[in-house]
Amino acid sequence: MFRASWRSLVQHKLRLVLSVLAIMLSVGFVVGTLIFTDTLNKTFTDLFGQTTTDVVVTPKTDFEGLGLAGEVPTLDPGLLDEIAQVPGAAKAGGAVFADGVAIIGADDEPLGQPGAPQFGSNWSDDEELTPYRLVDGTGPSTANEVAIDSVSAEDGQLEVGDTIRLVAPTGEVEAELVGVFRFGTSGNLAGATIAAFDTETAQNVLLDGGQGFTEIDVVAAEGVTQQQLADEVTAVADPDVTVQTGEEAADQAASDITEALSFFNVILLVFALIALFVGSFLILNTFSMLISQRTRELALLRAVGATRGQVTRSILAESLAVGAVSSVLGCAMGIGVVYLLRWFFGTFGLDLGSTPLQLEPRTFAIGIFLGVAFTAVAAWFPARRASKIPPVAALRDDATLPAKALTLRALLGGVQMLAGAGVLVAGVASGGSSGASLVGLGVLLLLTGTITFSPVLATPVARGLGYPLPRLFGTVGRLAVDNASRQPRRSAATASALMIGLALVTALTIFASSITASLNAAIDRVIGAEFIVATDAQRPFPRSVANEIEGLPDVSVVSRTTFTEAQLAADSIPAPTGAEEPPTTFVGTVDPSTVADVINLTFSAGDLNDLTDDGVIVDTTTASNSDLEIGDEVEFTFASGSAQFELVGLYEPAGFFTGYAITNQALEDAGVRIGDTFGYVRAADDADLDALKASIEGVLTSYPGVIVQSQAELKEQVQSNVQTLLSVMIALLGLAIVIAILGIVNTLFLSVLERTREIGMLRAVGTSRWQVRWMVVLESVVIAVFGAILGVVLGVIFAGALQRTLADQGIDVLAIPWPVLVLYLVIAMSVGALAAAWPARRAARLDVLTAITSE
Amino acid sequence: MSVQSNTIAAASASALSKIYGSGEAEVRALDGVSVDFAQGRFTAIMGPSGSGKSTLMHVCAGLDDATSGTVSIGETNLTTLNDGDLTRLRRDRVGFIFQSFNLVPTLTALENITLPLDIAGRKPDQQWLDQLIDMVGMRDRLGNKPNQLSGGQQQRVAAARALVTRPEIIFADEPTGNLDSRAGAEVLAFLRESADTHGQTVVMVTHDPTAASYAHRVIFLADGQIVDDMDDPTAERVLERMKGFDAKGRRS
Repeated sequence: MFRASWRSLVQHKLRLVLSVLAIMLSVGFVVGTLIFTDTLNKTFTDLFGQTTTDVVVTPKTDFEGLGLAGEVPTLDPGLLDEIAQVPGAAKAGGAVFADGVAIIGADDEPLGQPGAPQFGSNWSDDEELTPYRLVDGTGPSTANEVAIDSVSAEDGQLEVGDTIRLVAPTGEVEAELVGVFRFGTSGNLAGATIAAFDTETAQNVLLDGGQGFTEIDVVAAEGVTQQQLADEVTAVADPDVTVQTGEEAADQAASDITEALSFFNVILLVFALIALFVGSFLILNTFSMLISQRTRELALLRAVGATRGQVTRSILAESLAVGAVSSVLGCAMGIGVVYLLRWFFGTFGLDLGSTPLQLEPRTFAIGIFLGVAFTAVAAWFPARRASKIPPVAALRDDATLPAKALTLRALLGGVQMLAGAGVLVAGVASGGSSGASLVGLGVLLLLTGTITFSPVLATPVARGLGYPLPRLFGTVGRLAVDNASRQPRRSAATASALMIGLALVTALTIFASSITASLNAAIDRVIGAEFIVATDAQRPFPRSVANEIEGLPDVSVVSRTTFTEAQLAADSIPAPTGAEEPPTTFVGTVDPSTVADVINLTFSAGDLNDLTDDGVIVDTTTASNSDLEIGDEVEFTFASGSAQFELVGLYEPAGFFTGYAITNQALEDAGVRIGDTFGYVRAADDADLDALKASIEGVLTSYPGVIVQSQAELKEQVQSNVQTLLSVMIALLGLAIVIAILGIVNTLFLSVLERTREIGMLRAVGTSRWQVRWMVVLESVVIAVFGAILGVVLGVIFAGALQRTLADQGIDVLAIPWPVLVLYLVIAMSVGALAAAWPARRAARLDVLTAITSE
Repeated sequence: MSVQSNTIAAASASALSKIYGSGEAEVRALDGVSVDFAQGRFTAIMGPSGSGKSTLMHVCAGLDDATSGTVSIGETNLTTLNDGDLTRLRRDRVGFIFQSFNLVPTLTALENITLPLDIAGRKPDQQWLDQLIDMVGMRDRLGNKPNQLSGGQQQRVAAARALVTRPEIIFADEPTGNLDSRAGAEVLAFLRESADTHGQTVVMVTHDPTAASYAHRVIFLADGQIVDDMDDPTAERVLERMKGFDAKGRRS
């Protein structure tokens, strides 16, 4: 029995090429992503392993958060001497290391990727106490000297001996570049820039003149283990510090960074799985067609005594072999994918050095398992049908698989779609995060329901779409429409693959344009300021920026805001139990005396006059989600400690301006050192706005990275940011769409093989090669457009439902870019024609005599 | 042996050879065959398996090319035609009936009959079409798809399709091979009638003496050569002649 499977595989290998390719591509991306993640982990574990001392002491913070708004907790400088004197310590060094020092390149722009940290640090010449390894020049030793990482030096075209500019929240520094270094073996630290000063300058720049350290690094004496040293240090240190062995600290640092980067890997994996799912439709079609072509052979096996189970198993065995071969090829391809990802991350300034690829057996096990499992499950359906071939079919001339009615499919699919629609509506109705998960479930049900139901739609939709074809292309058009609708399951499975990709692309497109439209509307509605001053990554900038702008003529008001992250506690919010982390939230700050001039907030209870330095306001949605009422006590825990606030006002959510807000002064009182994150500038009534903008820009020339935007420019930036994200997502969906296109090629190719005699007969009675070609191309276009229409319709439904659900979280406008959706349909049409190129050519090239005499 | 006819030839072959393989494996499917198919006559080509009868028909119909020799249909020399010319020739001047799988499964009986015209983008001659439909007796099944028709009905539709363009010549390859004797007889009677009443030239390959007996003339092929030529055959005479080949075949 299995010999028969094997022979049939070898015989049909050409027919399986595209199935193998589809599985291979998907598995390749899964494997590539996993190898990349492992290599990333290894890179940083090694990096911090090499660069971390035996014991690391850091301040214990109440809440670390994302390190926003420049809070830098420090250690008492006296602690360094105490620690250096413990018997197990060979030596100890104090480090200053914090985010917030931008290096300005030769083109006067800050270096590094938007959003990536810009570290400032102190310099130590002792390589045992510092991760920095000079590659050029010397270390900085005076206030006028600085050293920077080698990637920044290269990107910024900065050379030793240049005078360079650096910008910190405390102000701008000019210094001579005296050295260029690597971080351990890596050119920089995971894409972040690093500028190193002598210790006193680092303290001035990063700690605003404080004397402390952010970290104390201790090297063990001969024969002292990390743990012994850690115990000795703990004994002398005060309880407010954290003492870690080098190993623990390195692990933590590495996992912090890889966790931050893993977000992207998770997305990659999700998209690879979508591609695999799409690929399974191709497998399903391939095996269905192989089986229908082999009906007589399988019936013969049954006639000579093979059981149903044996027939099913023999086909499953074939699929397992196909899955295994493709997955192994996919694993090999995965290694190529890693290089692709490396290059991609490299373009974002992430230097991954020369760590060898981490080829874990687990990676290949997962890749092969997924590939084989998806193939086997997809082949199981046709395999079961094959087992229903009656033995007598072997004796009949016109042996075909029994055509099953679509009633069951219609019923199952219909029920799923109805259930999906119901859940979707319920989700939209209930809103919020529970609503969003209901919407997710509804989307999934609607999608699987449509896939199940699609064969029922295939014939009428193909006929409807194909309606003009006979008029445009005559009999050839007629035959194309007939061909597209004569095997509804096959056409539907082929179209479904494209549908999935297009539904996601459409939903993302609509969602993106809805976000843009909502934010634009919010900007119009909420922002009363003519100009907004900020950095492109929303990092804080020095207070002097707003001070200087306030001094400009024609400026009526400058109102500052910033935000930070805090842990949240209130009577109405359940306290965390056990190991659970308390909930965290962003806390915005405003200047209550001026904010009303620049941001239009509508209060449903209380108002800005009630907002004193011990008060907090919150939007009504957040308040109702957390059961908060006016007068309630809310406690925020910042890095520097906790503070209580009384809820004094409830405002309507205003686009991006939502959540908790306290006063600027209150945050400073709570010990959070702060710059400004936004400066809203209100011009005087009769001001010349262009001139004003120019003079604000004049102020900002001393603050690289800080930009001023009009409302229109802000909208453009919002749009371009959203567009960039959308492009990346669509590019990632490209894999699934490529596989769906392969699926169309595959279906047409196998159909052409299956209809060899029919095509031969058409040729014999006078159909020209071009007519045969057109017939296949038009069939392909009909199938592709069928899938595209289903996809676009589902996409519109998905995006609409999601937007309605998130309406109270700021996405309150549904913007459907119809021209883009029409463009997608046109692209699908062209893709259909393109996919047909090879099968159509093959069909046209069939030798008439061979075709009509072939079995 | 060369066979000449004194009426006008609808198609003719001269010194046709078709050789497959070379050296030890060389097979001469046709070995210097010259034959005229007279206009308005129903000619059967008979011979045992491997005699080259199907190859002769395929070459004469322009479906296959000869190793040497020439073939013409009417005044047209097929040997000089390219694929496009051959396609048009088949569409406009030649009709085909195959042993099986003659019809497009997605088209109705009527659409199958008019297929060659539809492909050419021409309107059928309604009177001729009606006449044909009645001749094949398919008037009440015109809207049916092939899978709703019996084998005999399908073959009659195929025969009507072959005639619909009023071709100069119809080639039929074992048209009754898959039919029972009654259905076969209907198809054969139709082909004979089309020759007798409409002057349609028909060339049919068969190995069935009864089928051959419907023809005006039978040509016998063996080992790629024409070995006999019989006018006004009967099933008995053809069978008798075939037995000779079998005996000879057994001796060699």
